[in-house]
Amino acid sequence: MMMNMVQAINAALSGEMERDPSVVLLGEDVGVDGGVFRVTDGLIDRFGEDRVIDTPLAEAGIAGVAIGMALNGLRPVAEIQFMGFSYLVLNQMINHAARMRNRTRGKLTVPMVLRMPYGAGIKALEHHSESTEALYAQIPGLKVVVPSTPLEAKGLLISSIRDPDPVVFLEPTRSYRMLKEEVPEGEHLVPLGKARTVQEGDDVTIVGWGAMIPLIQRAVADLKGSAEIIDLRTISPMDSHAVVESVKRTGRAVVVHEAPRSFGPGAEIAARIYEGAILKLEAPVERVTAPDITVPLPKGEDRYYVNEKKIKEGVERALRF
Amino acid sequence: MLTDEFDPQKGEMLRIVDEEGEADMGLMPRMSKDLLLKAYRTMLLTRLADDKAVKLQRQGRLGAYPPSKGQEASQVGPAMALKEEDWLVWAFREMGALLWKGVPLETQYLYWMGNELGNVYPEGTRVTPSVVPVGSQVPQAVGIAYAGLIRKEKSVVLAYFGDGATSEGDFHEGLNFAGVFRTPNVFVCQNNQFAISTRRSRQTASATIAQKAIAYGFPGILVDGNDIMAMYAATKEAAERARKGKGPTLIESFTYRMSDHTTSDDWRKYRSKEEVAEWERKDPLKRFSAYLVSKGFLKDEASLIEELGELVEKAAVQAEATPAPGLADVFEHTYAEMPPYLREQMGGGWK
Repeated sequence: MMMNMVQAINAALSGEMERDPSVVLLGEDVGVDGGVFRVTDGLIDRFGEDRVIDTPLAEAGIAGVAIGMALNGLRPVAEIQFMGFSYLVLNQMINHAARMRNRTRGKLTVPMVLRMPYGAGIKALEHHSESTEALYAQIPGLKVVVPSTPLEAKGLLISSIRDPDPVVFLEPTRSYRMLKEEVPEGEHLVPLGKARTVQEGDDVTIVGWGAMIPLIQRAVADLKGSAEIIDLRTISPMDSHAVVESVKRTGRAVVVHEAPRSFGPGAEIAARIYEGAILKLEAPVERVTAPDITVPLPKGEDRYYVNEKKIKEGVERALRF
Repeated sequence: MLTDEFDPQKGEMLRIVDEEGEADMGLMPRMSKDLLLKAYRTMLLTRLADDKAVKLQRQGRLGAYPPSKGQEASQVGPAMALKEEDWLVWAFREMGALLWKGVPLETQYLYWMGNELGNVYPEGTRVTPSVVPVGSQVPQAVGIAYAGLIRKEKSVVLAYFGDGATSEGDFHEGLNFAGVFRTPNVFVCQNNQFAISTRRSRQTASATIAQKAIAYGFPGILVDGNDIMAMYAATKEAAERARKGKGPTLIESFTYRMSDHTTSDDWRKYRSKEEVAEWERKDPLKRFSAYLVSKGFLKDEASLIEELGELVEKAAVQAEATPAPGLADVFEHTYAEMPPYLREQMGGGWK
């Protein structure tokens, strides 16, 4: 069936709720309204208000309640309306969700998913364009997943719901309705922690995720030379093996992310490339990212957001070096 | 209903046994002699074990430790109202409650000695681990209760926290959720009058903490936290209400921390000896023992102290004999499956 990412995520949620009665959804406006992006549309009618829970407007409460649910045998999928509001959940996620397994030597675990729309490029209000995946990726015990296409979203979300550890699932808002593709009905699994080679190539490795993938694809369409594109899929635990092996072959690497540059995931990826492939490198690792500034309001967003031109320039710098 | 009889907004406080050990039999909950003696034994064990923990800390054999002295009734009374299938969610000053619910003393010592194995409780013990970030366990207790509802269990979730926690957003969010979803929760605020050095009056302008429940749409009751009978009676009623699907209750246990916040603290900095002495007069153990003696239930306290003292020594020895975690122990529970890069970081320690 042809689906956009919103529909694919909805299909993943309904499939898992059908399969496993311990899966519950909770969040602001996820029930009657179907979520502000309609990701959970229709699920309250199918599964009832006990399992599709419209909560009070309280992000830390949502995360804390979800942790408690997970401790007592449920698999909650909690929605935070926008990533900019997710900073309120950090105490719960960092101090409890991430640590419970280690704290109790594996006796108590928190198999929950914290979903949220993420990223800029849609000319939204302030706090609606965040891409702070590195905040979560730095926390041992959390997994951070970003899908890039509808098919990927379905497969990665199902795996995240079934995963025994807490997963922060970041949905690129810009990609929600950008593209439709064939998504199988029924089960489709994409393993966490495994990168995907979107396109094979010999001259340069380009690493990205989420909404950056289609931009990268377009940016290299008429490139002189062949680019290998890797969709990281899981920011943490990172599949550095896939990246390093590719760079060993191509000798050049470009990391693309829409988050600000400093302390961003690109720095970690670059470090792993240097550790694993320094003798094969023919150019410094190039980073194409947002600058280290606050996401501008819509009128200024283009000055911030990564675009095809910036990616192209970065790739050309890496190839020319 | 006790919650109807004692209105926190009027400052009414439930007390069954007074400071002299005199009981108001009209309010007395039904308790067998065995139950009474088991309660006393647990409170006394807590007092002795607490004292030992402080000594071990002073000798460098145990880490920073938050003493329970003075709060034994406030801890044990609520736990007594729980059934095996009920959950106990604690903060960090609830040694007596844990003892009652089946967390062995040696396990508790092990935790305070700094070993995660001290968070591993006997199979089937429904007790969450200690929570250090104040108040953050409150919404979790609500989630545990909600899950119980979904799974059609009849279990109740008892959550402890202190007066300081009531200023945290998590307290508000947790109680607000509980009210909205009518979860089977019993919230026990151990109001020991201090958050480290900060007095209760700096946490809230409310006359009582119990009355905050009214705003969340469920009953609250102010209870003399140094009276084990009152704490038990109030919690038993609240647990029954929760079990019947009638929603949560907030219990404010009005008590006093007779010792320091933790072994790193010195209470003389922020309160007078006279104030502490006044509360020593209200010591929950003295009061309970006076009652039991008057009933003829407690005869040979000296040999009980001796017996419990031996238990305490044995638990300390056992905890100290537990080996420190190995390299694999501190790595392997980060995720269910260890990612390859983490295995690399661990180096040769992985077997």
